[in-house]
Amino acid sequence: MKFPAFKYLRPSSVAEAAAQLAEHGDDARLLAGGQTLMPVLAMRLAEPEVLIDLGRIENLRGIALEDDALRLGAMTRYVDLERSALVAEHAPLITRALPYVAHVAIRNRGTIGGSVALADPAAEMPACMLALGAEIELTSTEGNRWIAAEDYFLGLYETAREDTEILTAIRIPLAPERRVGFYEVARRHGDYALAGAAAVGDVEDGRIQGLRVAMFGCDDLPVLAKTAAKAAETGVLDGAWLEADVSPTSNINGEAHIRLAQARVAFRRAVTDLLGVSNG
Amino acid sequence: MKSELTVNGRKIELDVEPRMSLLDALRDELGLVGTHAGCEHGVCGACTVIADGEAVRACLILAVQADGLDITTIEGLAPARGELSVLQDSFCETHALQCGYCTSGFLLAATVLLRRTENPSRAEIERAISGNLCRCTGYTQIIEAIELAAERLGHRNTNEPEGAA
Repeated sequence: MKFPAFKYLRPSSVAEAAAQLAEHGDDARLLAGGQTLMPVLAMRLAEPEVLIDLGRIENLRGIALEDDALRLGAMTRYVDLERSALVAEHAPLITRALPYVAHVAIRNRGTIGGSVALADPAAEMPACMLALGAEIELTSTEGNRWIAAEDYFLGLYETAREDTEILTAIRIPLAPERRVGFYEVARRHGDYALAGAAAVGDVEDGRIQGLRVAMFGCDDLPVLAKTAAKAAETGVLDGAWLEADVSPTSNINGEAHIRLAQARVAFRRAVTDLLGVSNG
Repeated sequence: MKSELTVNGRKIELDVEPRMSLLDALRDELGLVGTHAGCEHGVCGACTVIADGEAVRACLILAVQADGLDITTIEGLAPARGELSVLQDSFCETHALQCGYCTSGFLLAATVLLRRTENPSRAEIERAISGNLCRCTGYTQIIEAIELAAERLGHRNTNEPEGAA
């Protein structure tokens, strides 16, 4: 498998990259960590004329604590997030979810911005963004805008990002008391999830409040399980209400009812993980 | 397009098409064919090399992206010609390979683990090599080899797995 021929551009600033993207539009693809894009090119599922490599733009990397949010540069690699004390303290859901993302060698190159920009429905990071109520920064030659994760994911690999925009940063609101839980059902560790759940919420006197659970691998996009989360706040932890929130269809991974059962398992285990009780 | 990188301690200047992977550059431009081409789309781990101290897949990096990186391949593991690193020696002793196609990838992935973790648990070893496929051994002897190497390295004054056995 060899990559198709393309023109390779390596901008050194966001402004330069945005200008190149504006010039080439649809013919160009942005190259982040390349852990999805390069296989796609190898299998010739895409043959872009231009690759714009974001790898040399220094200020797209890094983890910074702001007044009310943790800011993650789009080109921050998974491995940097995994080892970050700031992420472990202020966005522990990400730390909890990262070991489920593929394998070490992939996490050494893959970036959070790449994953959120791709919006694979079975990927962990988009669901974490949704559960955490993250904001996503999109930048073009026209300037930048921030969009809430809930408004960003639109469908299968479909997001609110325009063709001329670059995903440049992610902001995760600080919520010190918040607890987190994560679980995914997969055939083998590191595979894409058959079903997964990322949960955040507060626990007072053993009761969960303000629970947000993002389900992934169930529908065409990560979705907030609002009905099941409300039920969990009243003590129904087994995801009995989940079919009001997600509607997995029969596919190569299993029939619809099996996939719904897997989603329930993921929901229950993520919520019990949040509560700090055993993963029953 | 030019790409300057360090490979096994030597400065190299490549002049390649942008679409060439680091894997193909190592094999076809530099003759370092110990890095194996397996699936060539990031699934099997046969092409694992060390880039700036981390295990990465050479098939998913462009040679031009590798500009400035410090790369170690299987050819750079042994301390001297005719010798083996502690880890390589352990692979031989525990019969951790049969056909050998995946072996260089495993050795590089495990080398990074042993550099970072003094006494890796079995779970840590399994995680470190979970991205590498082997269709012969069933993995058991590979894990034993890494455990053996970790034990031997623990008796030395250095944690550099490149050292002679």
